[in-house]
Amino acid sequence: MGKTLFDKIWDRHLVKTLPSGDSIIYIDRHLVHEVTSAQAFEGLRLSGRKVRQPKLTFATMDHNIPTDDRYNIKDPIAKEQVQTLRDNCKEFGVRLFDITGDDQGVVHIIGPDLGITLPGLTMVCGDSHTSTHGAFGTFAMGIGTSEVEHVLATQTLLQNKPKNFRVEFKGKLGKGVTAKDMILKFIGIVGTAGATGYVLEYCGEAVRELSMEGRMTMCNMSIEAGARAGLIAPDQKTFDYIQAKDRQFAPKGAAFAKAVEDWKKLSTDADAKYDRELVIDASEIAPQVTWGTSPGMVTEVTAKVPAPGSLPGYSAVDIQHALTYMGLTAGTPMTEIKINTVFIGSCTNGRIEDLRAAAEFLKGRKVAEGVKVLVVPGSQRVKHQAESEGLDKIFKDAGCQWRESGCSMCLAMNPDYLQPGERCASTSNRNFEGRQGKGGRTHLVGPAMAAAAAVAGHFVDIRSWK
Amino acid sequence: MEPFKTFRGIAAPLDRANVDTDQIIAKQFLKSIKRTGFGESLFNDWRFLPDGKPDASFVLNDPKLKGASILVARNNFGCGSSREHAVWAVAQYGFKAVIAPSMVNGDSVVPAFADIFRNNCSKNGLLTVELKSEEVQQIFDAAKTAVVELTMDLVNQKVVLHGAADKTFSFQIDSAVKERLVKGLDDIGTTLQESASISAFEQKHETYLG
Repeated sequence: MGKTLFDKIWDRHLVKTLPSGDSIIYIDRHLVHEVTSAQAFEGLRLSGRKVRQPKLTFATMDHNIPTDDRYNIKDPIAKEQVQTLRDNCKEFGVRLFDITGDDQGVVHIIGPDLGITLPGLTMVCGDSHTSTHGAFGTFAMGIGTSEVEHVLATQTLLQNKPKNFRVEFKGKLGKGVTAKDMILKFIGIVGTAGATGYVLEYCGEAVRELSMEGRMTMCNMSIEAGARAGLIAPDQKTFDYIQAKDRQFAPKGAAFAKAVEDWKKLSTDADAKYDRELVIDASEIAPQVTWGTSPGMVTEVTAKVPAPGSLPGYSAVDIQHALTYMGLTAGTPMTEIKINTVFIGSCTNGRIEDLRAAAEFLKGRKVAEGVKVLVVPGSQRVKHQAESEGLDKIFKDAGCQWRESGCSMCLAMNPDYLQPGERCASTSNRNFEGRQGKGGRTHLVGPAMAAAAAVAGHFVDIRSWK
Repeated sequence: MEPFKTFRGIAAPLDRANVDTDQIIAKQFLKSIKRTGFGESLFNDWRFLPDGKPDASFVLNDPKLKGASILVARNNFGCGSSREHAVWAVAQYGFKAVIAPSMVNGDSVVPAFADIFRNNCSKNGLLTVELKSEEVQQIFDAAKTAVVELTMDLVNQKVVLHGAADKTFSFQIDSAVKERLVKGLDDIGTTLQESASISAFEQKHETYLG
């Protein structure tokens, strides 16, 4: 029987299957950041262990970094965490992209930026959105701190093999509909635990037509459906992206050509079997907006806030909890929900293409009165690129705040957070209670939808905008 | 890691589905370089009112449930972030096990726990038990009128709901996870015994680092 893309990557990395049933899987790239690594390095220190493969380990600081005055971390505990990462990288010989350099950024933005992310690899990071890198046909997953220590010490992970779930988006997307809408639609269908135990493989015409940035947005939110990882088979777009200039950790010349020949063999065999399959008609997807406190609580921008008891998969109590927290009334049209904050950025939508999409809507327009807009590029490279294209000027002219790179208001560990009751149109990935600040209310949308909401002061169907 | 032993304890019924790791341990408590001190911040936004006083309506503030060692919740517990701090918070609060139900959704069965959370639990000696929806409902029903005590027996893969007549529920668990918990194994130590296999693998493996 043929193999799926995921089966092939798994087989290439299987060191050994233990009598317990666990498999030892080799890890090709380990990304490290300041919030989930300190205890892992401390564990190594206490047991007298070393980092087995420092050259396969890459560190940066992103979660805690202020996006206005990045060199001046006022929070003493955040500052200690950042300094601890520096000290640990020095002690254990791990490469660090520090905030003083141009290669710093959100860990899942810089991996692809720098050519660290390549097809057919295994990648891990102590962050659930590691699934982002699956856009390159890489088995990439988030792990906890104990596993971070395990990978540092052994360059492997103990895993039980997840199942294969094929998600086909047939047909073409309508105008104004993006990768963010595709993935939110999928999560809305299967629920936030619907893919638990599976690796997703996204395929179909609409996926093929996405840029690498769009594919990263899709794979990024695989974890919001509970999946271990999301994958897209590499193709010419993938190879072209990797070959672009300044990806210093990608193979070059003859080594690149040889690698491409190998990567072309990764695609799923015609006779491979999946454990589960779902087909979604891409042409029927409308722009999506979340209304609740879980990414699966999502609907079309043209729809209304649902009533308790009206949705399969959620109890009436759960919906009522969400509506109360969100300060929403069932039956309200989504386009009548007023917002006072907009966040454009994160590992989901903080890449150059996302900023271009937002700038297109903001060019020559002004942000609505009383609305605060934060534009946070995903990396310093993305920031410089945007500035070279004049996007920063468009944002500033419209009344947005143009910031330095970092995770920022996606999880609000740094000084960027919502006040209780504030309502935000956010291009990030989680609308959990308190995620963007205690009492803050988050609606997840794509970058163009967020920009349009900034101008209108409420959600709008961008398909009807000129 | 301490080996997991059979115990009888008080169950705290948390009647919520999709409890995410941001709720379990909020981001402001992640700014630590230590592995300890997270228990007091467990469910902070639900346990405490804006003025810092305990919210009497939240289950863990019920004085009758003081000392509870088993947390019972609804489907998809621990979804969201990979932060192991969530597991440290649950364990350091005093819970030794978490119970949640699988859920039938159309033609598929949705597991009780989010993948990364469940995995992180197994590295910290915290037992996650997936029961059937109706079994978990029986625990919630019993907890409406009395303080519920459960016996958690990992070796025999059974949960006993104590009452006028005890009820016993069986559960399935990954064999490797069970072995790790029962024996209190250290994963890194186990894997390092395979160092020779890892070195041999590295000799022939291509990582394409440019």
